[in-house]
Amino acid sequence: MSILIYIQQEEGKFAQSFLELASYAYALANQTGGTVTAFVAGGAAESDIKNLGNYGISTILMEAGSSGQPFDNRSSAISIASAASALGATCVLFADNSSSRAIAPRLAVKLKAGYVSGVAGLPLKIEPFMVRRLVFTGKASASIEILTPVKVLILARNSWQISENQVACSIEQVNPAAGLPIPEFEVVKVTGQTGAVRLQDAEVVVSGGRGLKSGDNWGILEELAESLGAALACSRPVADEGWRPHQEHVGQTGKVIAPNLYIACGISGAIQHIGGISASRVIVAINKDPEAPIFQFAKYGIAGDLFQVVPQLTQAVKKLKS
Amino acid sequence: MKTLVCLSIVPDTTTNIRFTGKMDALDTTGIQWIINPWDELALTRALEIREQAGSGVTQVSVIHVGLKESDPVIQKALAVGADSAFRVNYSPADSMEVALQIAEVIKKDHYDLVITGYDSADYNGSATGGMLAELVGWTSFTSISSLSVSDSMITLERESDNLTETIAAKSPCVLTIQKGIAKDPRIPSLRGIMTARTKPLTVIEPSASDPGTRILTFENPAPRSKCRMVDPSNVDELVNLLRNEANVL
Amino acid sequence: MNFQLTEEQKMIQQAARDYANRELILDVLERDAKSIYPARHVKALAELGFMGMMVDPKYDGSGMDTISYVLAMEELSKVDASVSVIVSVNNSLVCYGLEEFGTEEQKEKYLRPLARGEKIGAFLLSEPEAGSDATSQHTLAEDKGDYYLVNGTKNWITNGNSASVYILIAQTHPELKHKGINALIVDRNSPGISLGPHEDKMGMRSSDTHSVMFTDVKVPKENRLGADGFGFKMAMKTLEGGRLGIASQALGIASGAYERALKYSKERKAFGTEIFNHQSVAFKLAEMYAKIEAGRLLCFHAAWLKDQNMPYGTASALAKYHCAETAMWVTTEAVQIHGGYGYVKEYHVERLMREAKLTQIYEGTSEIQKLIISRDIFSR
Repeated sequence: MSILIYIQQEEGKFAQSFLELASYAYALANQTGGTVTAFVAGGAAESDIKNLGNYGISTILMEAGSSGQPFDNRSSAISIASAASALGATCVLFADNSSSRAIAPRLAVKLKAGYVSGVAGLPLKIEPFMVRRLVFTGKASASIEILTPVKVLILARNSWQISENQVACSIEQVNPAAGLPIPEFEVVKVTGQTGAVRLQDAEVVVSGGRGLKSGDNWGILEELAESLGAALACSRPVADEGWRPHQEHVGQTGKVIAPNLYIACGISGAIQHIGGISASRVIVAINKDPEAPIFQFAKYGIAGDLFQVVPQLTQAVKKLKS
Repeated sequence: MKTLVCLSIVPDTTTNIRFTGKMDALDTTGIQWIINPWDELALTRALEIREQAGSGVTQVSVIHVGLKESDPVIQKALAVGADSAFRVNYSPADSMEVALQIAEVIKKDHYDLVITGYDSADYNGSATGGMLAELVGWTSFTSISSLSVSDSMITLERESDNLTETIAAKSPCVLTIQKGIAKDPRIPSLRGIMTARTKPLTVIEPSASDPGTRILTFENPAPRSKCRMVDPSNVDELVNLLRNEANVL
Repeated sequence: MNFQLTEEQKMIQQAARDYANRELILDVLERDAKSIYPARHVKALAELGFMGMMVDPKYDGSGMDTISYVLAMEELSKVDASVSVIVSVNNSLVCYGLEEFGTEEQKEKYLRPLARGEKIGAFLLSEPEAGSDATSQHTLAEDKGDYYLVNGTKNWITNGNSASVYILIAQTHPELKHKGINALIVDRNSPGISLGPHEDKMGMRSSDTHSVMFTDVKVPKENRLGADGFGFKMAMKTLEGGRLGIASQALGIASGAYERALKYSKERKAFGTEIFNHQSVAFKLAEMYAKIEAGRLLCFHAAWLKDQNMPYGTASALAKYHCAETAMWVTTEAVQIHGGYGYVKEYHVERLMREAKLTQIYEGTSEIQKLIISRDIFSR
């Protein structure tokens, strides 16, 4: 099995999700007796890119810098398809992020490949090729068979341990595929998003709901988040009321996240919210109502006044870290 | 400009999801079917734009790939204001088949804007929009949190993990929308409900298509362990558990 | 006999339910506590077409059947009986009479804006000395040739302040007793009308209730609804429909309380298990459900008879009597099932219990309903 993985870098560094992807691909290659090639979208120093060798990647295709162009999933799909065809890749893997969700479906059509997103764990079987994913927004899981010779997969967030496997690593420069279409759109403005830690990538998330009573009370959560190096999130009513920016809304019609630790403060646990967090490794709930539904989904809980408990938790965390 | 909103029909969020005895199909007894929440927000935004004077959008249609049991739910889209509805009479096995069926319809008629939701609440694939765009050879934009159309000019906001780009786009294109696109789905007015039946719901025979994947079995989640309650006066214990038992600190 | 709802009826029910669960719930407790009029909800419901549900679309109504009206009233009342009474009065007590008995001019001038909810209506029958005994009208509407001169006081008027159109029942020919009563359309702004203070009520506190005083108020002759002396009959016919609206309201109050009690009983634990698993609680809920289902069928039957243009006065009396009594009993038991939590505002059931009480009193007390029913069964 020839495996191609799509990796993005930022100033020569790789986000956790890409190291997970590399580790997963290495394990998949071992499972199938295959090889892994990484396709890295260009524009960084080779010495930085070579770090992928620590995670089991022996061959890297580096697309010569086309940074400066706006992200156009159409072109990216063409480039990756071209690399995949040249390689005879039977499996193309992506980490879960907004670019992957834009590129992978287009790529699947180009390669006439079966597509599964949210893949959790290594394939259950190789012949026929079967993977598992969560469905019904985390309420169940499904075993899915891919019927085509080529497979396109997006891994589920935070579902694979990063493992270091040092191998010798060679880099091949690749020129952009011929005949890439000129983007038929124009990026008029770019705004960076606020927040020190990106919610989608954060390992720890501190989240607040209506129990906070007002956006003015978010200080205690901000302090807790800071002590933990956590990202901030919120429930839907909080975003709707304008207490917090809508980018922080986690839930069925917000973001779906999968951090290692999710601390829900003053959130009752409506099923739509649970849909956004059920893949978290550990959920902690702090709510004054011991009957709140969130406690049915949490691993640990405190039935108490969050205005007392949260500052105490911050103190305890600071004590631990010092 | 003509807009087409793709609708997925899914079980209501509060439904208990159960599978048949052989665990290879959803047990549909007693399920309340609804328009996929994302698709409903997409439709809401499309209707808002159609109602804006000077937008240039003159028609909002909806399309669904499914069997006639879906018709009552499609009527709701007509009741909230869609001008017409199409149903491809086919039960798709995966997103690829949905995209293939819709692509054939788009190829036969002229649309300027095709909109899909971020994912559907059943199989959470996030695939249909991108696949559709590739099949018809159009540009696509995903993670769209804002859409406005003025004088037939399309302005989008696309969110990636750390940036928001404001984009001037050309039609035709496929959009996959996410949070921010519209605040609340519409409640149909009573007049809208009473006149939904007068709007066209055209049934289209399916084209040939092949799925790329198929679902073999479902599993219910492992039963959750009970929540370990920590006394509010002993917050240190929680930190202890998180560090030593759960290994997340 | 088809007991299934049509797709339109289901959509209408869902639309009312969605509005109640998304919007009414947000401020219902605050409005109840502070007696605040639900202005933005009345406007939103008007835009959705709920203020003239059964009025013909040619007069800007929604053209729905009465079963849809019952469904909508039930859903709104599960969450907010103050809003549903405003809706019911506008639909059943005001729009109905105008559409049924009004001239084309009257319909153009009054029915249209009322059906659109741009204007709100009120129905003025009760007086300080005359509640159940509506034949003894003390408010006088003297025939002065081309106008009526109105003097008197009406009380317990729902929408007393928010309404701009009144349907007033008053005595023109005292010697003819109830055959000398007229129904007049009165503009709220007419000189000589003054309002008593907003009543501080046990429940439905978000709807405005006032006494209305008439001192030498002139009402043009053309504002009389129906023939001279038709007023009492018109009022009785109107109340038949109003009765059904209130029956549906009571049904909603009962089912709202029942649903909350059911949910609570599946979550609350006592003596080692969820309280639903204790038979006394399960059986109580079963009884609640039985009475509510029976009430719903009575409402549907009365609605069906009305839509068939068949007599429905007794059927609506049965529905109102049963649903009001059921609402009082169910809400009381719902509070009990909630225990201490049932006694605090936050859990809604104490409010539902306060709201239920009025359904046994207004638009025909339970005693009057029994009078109507007993008179009818006597002749069988």
